[in-house]
Amino acid sequence: MLAAILLGFLFSGLLVFTGKFLKGRWAVLSASIPFVLFVYFAQFIGRVSSGEIISQHIVWVPSMGIDLRFVLDGISLIFSLMITGIGFLVFLYTSAYLKNHEYLDRFYGYLGIFMGAMLGIVLSDNVLSLFIFWELTSISSFFLIGFKNKEESSRKSAVLALAITGFGGLFLLAGALILGSVAGTFTISEMLSSKELIANSPHYIIIVAFIFIAAFTKSAQFPFHFWLPGAMKAPTPVSTYLHSATMVKAGVYLLLRFTPVLGSTEFWNSTLIIVGSITMLYAAMHTLFRTDLKGILAYSTISALGILVFLIGLGTKEALLAACVFILVHALYKATLFLVTGIIDHETGSRDITMLSGLRKVLFPVAIAGFLAAISFAGIPPSFGFLGKELIYESTLHYGNSAILITALAIITNILLLYSGFLVGIKPFTGKLPERFSKVHMPSFLMWIPPLILAILCILFGIFPSIIQESLIQPAVTSLGENGGEVHLKLWHGFNTILALSAITIGIGVLLYFLIKPNKKVETAIKKLEFISPKTMTEKFGNGFYYFSTLWTNYFQNGYLRHYVSTIILFLVGVMGYTLLNNTRYRLVYSSFTALTIYEVITFVIMIAGILYTVFTKSRLAAVAALGIVGLTISLIFVYYSAPDLAMTQFSIDTLTVILFVLVLYRLPKYLNLSDIKTRIKDGVLSIAFGGLISILALEVLAEPQGSEISEFYAENAYLLAKGKNVVNVILVDFRGIDTFMEITVLTIAAIGVFALLKLRMTAKERITTGIKK
Amino acid sequence: MEFILAILIGIFYASGLYMMLRRSLVKLIIGLILIGNGANLLIFLLGRITKGLPPIIPGESPVFLKAYADPIPQALILTAIVISFGLQSFAIVLVKRAYSVVKTDDLDQMNSTDQFS
Amino acid sequence: MKTIILKTASNYLLPLLMLFSFFILLRGHYLPGGGFVGGLIAAIAFVLHAFANGLENTKHLIRIHPGFLMPVGLALAFTSGLAPIFYAGLPFMTGIWFPEPLSVIGMVGSALFFDIGVYLVVIGVSLTIIFTITESA
Repeated sequence: MLAAILLGFLFSGLLVFTGKFLKGRWAVLSASIPFVLFVYFAQFIGRVSSGEIISQHIVWVPSMGIDLRFVLDGISLIFSLMITGIGFLVFLYTSAYLKNHEYLDRFYGYLGIFMGAMLGIVLSDNVLSLFIFWELTSISSFFLIGFKNKEESSRKSAVLALAITGFGGLFLLAGALILGSVAGTFTISEMLSSKELIANSPHYIIIVAFIFIAAFTKSAQFPFHFWLPGAMKAPTPVSTYLHSATMVKAGVYLLLRFTPVLGSTEFWNSTLIIVGSITMLYAAMHTLFRTDLKGILAYSTISALGILVFLIGLGTKEALLAACVFILVHALYKATLFLVTGIIDHETGSRDITMLSGLRKVLFPVAIAGFLAAISFAGIPPSFGFLGKELIYESTLHYGNSAILITALAIITNILLLYSGFLVGIKPFTGKLPERFSKVHMPSFLMWIPPLILAILCILFGIFPSIIQESLIQPAVTSLGENGGEVHLKLWHGFNTILALSAITIGIGVLLYFLIKPNKKVETAIKKLEFISPKTMTEKFGNGFYYFSTLWTNYFQNGYLRHYVSTIILFLVGVMGYTLLNNTRYRLVYSSFTALTIYEVITFVIMIAGILYTVFTKSRLAAVAALGIVGLTISLIFVYYSAPDLAMTQFSIDTLTVILFVLVLYRLPKYLNLSDIKTRIKDGVLSIAFGGLISILALEVLAEPQGSEISEFYAENAYLLAKGKNVVNVILVDFRGIDTFMEITVLTIAAIGVFALLKLRMTAKERITTGIKK
Repeated sequence: MEFILAILIGIFYASGLYMMLRRSLVKLIIGLILIGNGANLLIFLLGRITKGLPPIIPGESPVFLKAYADPIPQALILTAIVISFGLQSFAIVLVKRAYSVVKTDDLDQMNSTDQFS
Repeated sequence: MKTIILKTASNYLLPLLMLFSFFILLRGHYLPGGGFVGGLIAAIAFVLHAFANGLENTKHLIRIHPGFLMPVGLALAFTSGLAPIFYAGLPFMTGIWFPEPLSVIGMVGSALFFDIGVYLVVIGVSLTIIFTITESA
């Protein structure tokens, strides 16, 4: 399974080298990757449906409890098949949709990474590796959404999506860590046994809340839904892939995966029901006011995700069954409609629902696909969608006391969804063909075959639900912890309440479709209300934060080096001074000090004189000379205190530094008298305070006992182990040889830097290409 | 004498900082060198100082027979001295380049590249 | 700075200082000295020569660009670390020695070659920096 996940990444990596080759007519070959994966996962259907759970375990970071543990059970299988199956069709479609696009290889690269990451999410059995793949989808989707990176709105949408999903990702990490420490394991399948422990833990609410935030951001639940419509700026294949089967379903998957571990508590259920129902209604209402095909699809996607969250919230076996079925239903019809929209956009250049009509005359097979998907979308028999809707009604009707209320919510949502489904799938193809579209011709078969396949599946699964009942749905429901009884999917339940509800839904929905005509006026009107929408709020918050950080940055990062230095030192003096003054005991043990000789006194005096002269002289040359003298006195100090190596090194370096200074100095201007007396006094006070603190610190440390086990080790073993008697040198070239190696590397880098700064100049041509003006 | 050395290190730091707070480029580098020297001495002092007992195993003996100066701070400072040479020369050259591009020795007039807007 | 005395002296000083720097390098394992100091002394010798005779002459004397000493030294130091892996199957940078000590130098082992690598890098770095600056000043 690891290989399956890595295949996507590998494919993307290879594209770096083979991209040019793939960009041309061979682009369609890239679809073989998801196809192979689809076949690979499909061969597990038999084993999984017989109740087997296929797992793979690879040790990765054992010390931190991170291992690569992959599990393929019912729910993972459904998702894997969707990811690879729809992925296959999207890859095919893309090869024609973005034919001869300049960056087609790049696009496939992102898609490959995204597919690999999605597979990683649905197969991971370890919450930490799940998190890693989760973040990988956020990042790769960022690139996919912002693919048209020359458009500002596209970039903005990509950043927004990354910000929201990344924000949720952080919560997932936090939640996963707390969950792991409470459960004592990071393996999800092992957490099942400590369900009670987790539910009774005081951290339960936090864990669930964090995981909810992660799932809601990813699955675009209210109030985090607004990144999804913006993400429609991406090329249509991306929208298809991300919003029908994968990215947004990751949040739903997360909730499903944790249902057996964290579910069936009051907090879990009611939060999901409330958030889910708000989202499904809010988004379904929004579809009424949109005129852009992709906009309608975006809001209907949010609404469908709301339904799923709502069903998971209900948490009964019927509801989970409905959720599993509806995931598949939605993936099929939504992918179809996105692809159909893509074709319409590609061929007519318009996605405006008020303009499009009569396209069946020119795009007949596409019209069939759109029509079938719309039927499934609307839940009209004999489609798969009808079956899904029946299951939804069944689960809401059997939900205890508030059955009537939640059924009503579900019905309203479904009516609105039916309306939007008709709008997208049927409206563009019916009516009169406008003059301007009469020249529209069919696209490449690579583009219209994929939606047609999906659309046929929408109907096929409806008529013959037994195809997927045993093989996919039953194991999925079992893997969610519901073992009781067989699952029976059938189209016809006889005349009962549910059928009546379906009839009501269809009736009102169709009526709505004929009554309400989408128009721009309503859309503009609703846009005026946007100032209270979560999106605007977030943007305002973002702008405010940006403004604040600009102020903050301009205050602190003002470009004046000495302000930086003095701010840092001032802070340091404050903090260190406070601590030192509170804790200092001023113990000066004179007896422990080494004796003072006349040589030392003379050296110290020369040194202090040298320093003061360096600071206060007005001549640069004098300053450099004084600095040289200071360096020499330091080397004398090393001589006095038993450090001959240091003395020699200091002496040589001092010589070279003075030479260096003298060489450069003449090219630099004379000292300027730039600061007034006031600044100097201020700086002087700060400097003296800083120097004083350092002195106190040094004395304080000297009063503490010293541990020297390491030195003793080196000293004792210098000759025995390293056959050297100069311990300093032995440490440098033997005991800590790698450090020294790094050091000479750094020196080399510095020398290359000097060389580059002085010798290398940009040529005139490079200047032009990099846009730097002289 | 430890006490005097500690004071001396304070003077190194104070004068180095004072020089770094000036607006002249050359003074900045001199300040950098002074603080670097102060830091070397600080490490040296904190490793405890000993007179006349270099960390070199005497004569034919395979181990130390009497007390010796701590070799670790010395090894640290030795590398620090050499590295600081690399740093200083890079800084000096950077200053030289900056001067020849911006034509000013005044740090305050070089802030345009750093401003955020 | 073209005085006759300095010029004459530097001609004799260069070989003497070079010899001294070698001496310092080789005795480093037993007495104060080593690659760093040795390298710096050698660099000073060349700089002195350059001051007295002009940079062009010194460069002519060295023949190769001093910058080449840096990769050579790094490679030597790295190889000395690799040697134990190939010869004795020991971990990277474990010290290995020839069995018999040489006169003056003492035990010759991987550490000595490492130190020679350091020596070369230090010469290369110092000379590259100073020569580059002198040329463009």
